[in-house]
Amino acid sequence: MAMLHTVNKSPFERVSLDSCISMAQKGSSVLLIEDGVYAALKGTTVSDKVSKAMDGITFYVLGPDLAARGMTEDRIISGIKVVDYAGFVDLTTKHENFQAWL
Amino acid sequence: MKFGILINEGPFTHQAADSAYQFAKAAIAGGHEIFRVFFYHDGVNNASDYSVPPQDDRNVTDNWVKLAEANKIDMVVCIAAAQRRGLLDANEAQRQGKRGDNIAPVFRISGLGQLVEAGIECDRLLTFGD
Amino acid sequence: MAEPWEEQSEGTVKKFMFVNRKAPYGTIYALESLEVVLITAAFDQDVSLVFTDDGVFQIKKGQSTAGIGMKNFSPTYRALEGYDIEKLYVDKESLDARGLTAADLIVDVEILSRQQLADLMNEQDVVMSF
Repeated sequence: MAMLHTVNKSPFERVSLDSCISMAQKGSSVLLIEDGVYAALKGTTVSDKVSKAMDGITFYVLGPDLAARGMTEDRIISGIKVVDYAGFVDLTTKHENFQAWL
Repeated sequence: MKFGILINEGPFTHQAADSAYQFAKAAIAGGHEIFRVFFYHDGVNNASDYSVPPQDDRNVTDNWVKLAEANKIDMVVCIAAAQRRGLLDANEAQRQGKRGDNIAPVFRISGLGQLVEAGIECDRLLTFGD
Repeated sequence: MAEPWEEQSEGTVKKFMFVNRKAPYGTIYALESLEVVLITAAFDQDVSLVFTDDGVFQIKKGQSTAGIGMKNFSPTYRALEGYDIEKLYVDKESLDARGLTAADLIVDVEILSRQQLADLMNEQDVVMSF
C-alpha cells in the first residue's frame, strides 16, 4: 500500500517538504505542485536533500506549474518525472491514499 | 474512480482553487467521477456570486459553475464557514435579516457532515489548500 | 429535526486521520479543523489526530486569549475523549524542536517518532491536513 503526497510550498520558505520526506514511507510518491515545484530544481541548497530522498521515494513535478514559473525540464533533478494534470489524476488512482502537505 | 475534493482557500490569493479546478477537469476528461467538491475555510469564497475579476483574468467562480453544470457535480459550501465570512444563500439571508444573498447558482450550503460523507463514499478525497 | 450528519452512509467505517500542522490563533485552521474532527466522530468513524510541526502548539497548556479578543478553544481538546476520540499522537521531533515536553500539553497523547507516524498514516483511508 503506497501513498501519494503532494507538497505545494517552496522549500525555501516552509518545512512542508521536510515533514513530507520524513513521513513518507519507502515506496511512496511525492508530487511537487504550485510553489512546491521549486524543490525539483537542481543546483539549489535543497537539491541534495531531494536527491537523497529519491532513494526510496519516487518524485514527480507538475509540468504546468513549472512552465508557469519559467522553469524548463533541463533545470530539474534527473530522475524526477514531469507530469501534467492528467498524470496527477493517474497518480492519485495508482496510490492507495493521499496526503497534502500544505 | 470516485473523487471528493476539499478546497480550503478562496480564489485569487492562493492557487489552491485553480489547482483543484484543473485537477477536476482532468479527472472528468479521464472518465472519473467528481462525487462532490466541498468548500471550507476561506474556500467558501469560491461560491461568491459577486466576484467580478478584470476581463483578462479567469473568473474562478464562473469556471466552477460551468464545470458543475456540465457534469452535475455536487458543490457544497460549509454553512458555518460561510456564515462567518458573509456568504449566505437566500434562505439564510432572510433568516439572518440581511439585505441580500450572494451564493452563485450550483453551490449549495450544508454542514460539515457532507465532507465526512465524501470521505466515506469516495475512493479518494483530495485536499487543496495553503 | 435531523442534523446533517445523521444522513450518514450506513455502516461504513473508514480510518480518518487529521494532520494538524498549524499553530492556533494566527490562522483559523486549528479551530475549523477541530470542527471537522468532531463531526467525523459523530459519524462513528475511526478517528486519529496527529499534531506535528507548529500543530503541537495547538495543545499547549495555559492558553489565555482574553487579551486578543478571540475564543480560547483549547479546552475542546480535553473534551475529545467524550466523543470517543482517543487516538491523539504527537510528533516527538516537532515537540523537541520547539522546546516542549509532554508536561506542556493540555491532553494525554502518545508521543511517536516520524517513522511510527509514517506507518500510522499509511494505514489510513482518508488523511486530511489543515
